[in-house]
Amino acid sequence: MKIHEYQGKDILRKYGVPTLKGTLAHTADEAVAAAEDLGYPCVIKAQIHAGGRGKGGGVKLAKNKAEAKEHADAILGMTLKTHQTGPEGQLVKKVLVESGCAIARELYVGVVLDRETSRVCVMASTEGGVEIEKVAEETPDKILKEWVDPTTGLMPFQARNLAFGLGLKGSEIKHAVKFFTALYAAYIGTDASLAEINPLVVTEGGEVIALDAKFNFDDNSLYRQKDVAEMRDPDEEDPRETKAKAFDLSYVALDGNIGCMVNGAGLAMATMDIIKHVGGEPANFLDVGGGADEAKVTAAFKIILEDPAVKAVFVNIFGGIAKCDVIADGVVAAARELGLEVPLIVRLEGTNVDQGKQILKDSGLKITPADDMLDGAKKAVAAAGAA
Amino acid sequence: MSIFIDKNTKVIVQGITGSAGGFHARQMIEYGTQIVGGVTPGKGGQKFDDKVPVFNTVSEAKAATNANASIIYVPPPFAADAILEAVSAGIEFIITITEGIPVLDMVKVKEVLKDSGSRLVGPNCPGVITPGQCKMGIMPGHIHKEGHVGVVSKSGTLTYEAVGQLSALGIGQSTCVGIGGDPVNGTGFIDVLSAFNDDKDTHAVVMIGEIGGTAEEEAADWVKANMKKPVVGFIAGVTAPPGRRMGHAGAIIAGGKGTAKDKIAAFEAAGIAVAPTPAEIGATLKSVYKG
Repeated sequence: MKIHEYQGKDILRKYGVPTLKGTLAHTADEAVAAAEDLGYPCVIKAQIHAGGRGKGGGVKLAKNKAEAKEHADAILGMTLKTHQTGPEGQLVKKVLVESGCAIARELYVGVVLDRETSRVCVMASTEGGVEIEKVAEETPDKILKEWVDPTTGLMPFQARNLAFGLGLKGSEIKHAVKFFTALYAAYIGTDASLAEINPLVVTEGGEVIALDAKFNFDDNSLYRQKDVAEMRDPDEEDPRETKAKAFDLSYVALDGNIGCMVNGAGLAMATMDIIKHVGGEPANFLDVGGGADEAKVTAAFKIILEDPAVKAVFVNIFGGIAKCDVIADGVVAAARELGLEVPLIVRLEGTNVDQGKQILKDSGLKITPADDMLDGAKKAVAAAGAA
Repeated sequence: MSIFIDKNTKVIVQGITGSAGGFHARQMIEYGTQIVGGVTPGKGGQKFDDKVPVFNTVSEAKAATNANASIIYVPPPFAADAILEAVSAGIEFIITITEGIPVLDMVKVKEVLKDSGSRLVGPNCPGVITPGQCKMGIMPGHIHKEGHVGVVSKSGTLTYEAVGQLSALGIGQSTCVGIGGDPVNGTGFIDVLSAFNDDKDTHAVVMIGEIGGTAEEEAADWVKANMKKPVVGFIAGVTAPPGRRMGHAGAIIAGGKGTAKDKIAAFEAAGIAVAPTPAEIGATLKSVYKG
């Protein structure tokens, strides 16, 4: 799960990570009032989940009231396009108005899970304000890393290694150590999967401040992170994905025209791949899970068919715990209830496959059976092409 | 022979009185697995299905039954505790089926595992099966066939797909291991490949990976340097968009890392025959291993 910058900064403040003063605004009037209150210069920042907001024109410096109004008017209601939003962009509904500060240096710090070592890693770099992936690619030696033993947490010496490595001096060291320690505590305390401050700035006065805040969270931990879960912004999510979540289905919308319903994440990805391999384009990833029953299958069908681009549906099931006859019952019930108009191709294999196939046959519905997943993919692509 | 489990493996089920634990305990018993006991705190002294003794703690269960393996069906908030209880009791082989364990819980578990004598497979995995001998997991037993091909995979149903193809071609399996799709897990590809390499009864290996992380690339390097047996592979997620989690917690392309393209290239560079489609995993294996 992702959150906005202003929410990330609320978390940082709670854990004692220094940030600038800021106010959230939903209208230009609110933004101007906030700017007047904070004083000038101040910064008006679009609040969307995607990164790259500055380059897309979503972050502007205001030196007076007129500029604050002009920028707030321009940013609120704009469709911001960045490298992370995709070409359709994201509508800006709120801005963060934040104090300016005298920047001496821009740095980077990020806390992530390192899958290779199964440990949390705190990364820092002198190359602040730049995409860290780019730094990692071009100048990997400019990224400092400290791996954290979960039984001790981030130790002060590790924070000092990073601070000295970044070339900080004097009182900056003390501030930076406090900053990194607090940021690590925020990461652990909220079950984050990413906490990234880019840039982290050293002011002319020697303070160390988080200028931006990007947090992602481990969805598996939201049950014990109620405050974080409440930060969810449905405006930033695909409504079909939100609906799928409510039914405990895993759904990701894609650009193609063949709807897919599969049990298991790996098989669901493989089904998308084989559709592409035989010349088609999948409309979605959808894993109905191991415990798929009639209600789940019906919900899955509804979500797939809400996508107007879908011209055919391919159901690919390898029954293990999920039994083919139960799935077949669900498919038949859903097809009847929804008055399915697009071609439906069904491949069943595994537990109770014969009963499942019989149910489909006896239903009298126009369902195209497939012998295996390649056969099913070919039939689905042909059907979508002919539709 | 086989790896990790065989007909002599004595298994306890943690969470045996829950619905998933109970259902699969019955399935495993039916397959012929030696289920010697179950653990549910507070239900010690009961009998599961009037025959399997239930204990309050793993230590008690181990002392009374001499179990050397445990399979865990405990809900996510309590799963890390259940794993550590099994480690503490000295259970050698632990499988965790549970999906949805907080990743930071697994970071702590992994640290404890490093200094223990226990092996963990999973979490969020279908388990391990040595066909005809022992099934520890949720996979449909009937699709498997005794034989000499080892299977290791991050996925559940995609593994069934591959196994189904192998069995249909008359190719049996020595052991099939589902390592799971979480970002932090107990046993990785290399652990399993190494065990297959040393197992006299495994003559070839199928390795199934997916987008996310770099475990497949590291495994490919290991294969190139060490593997004495033919390996065929498949990677799911060629069409997965970056930055989106594809079902499994670990199946995400992040920061340009973890793409299927990179993994397939690493497989090919290591001499692993990559199946062009998931429908051809069995056929690809047959092309390098005659049985």
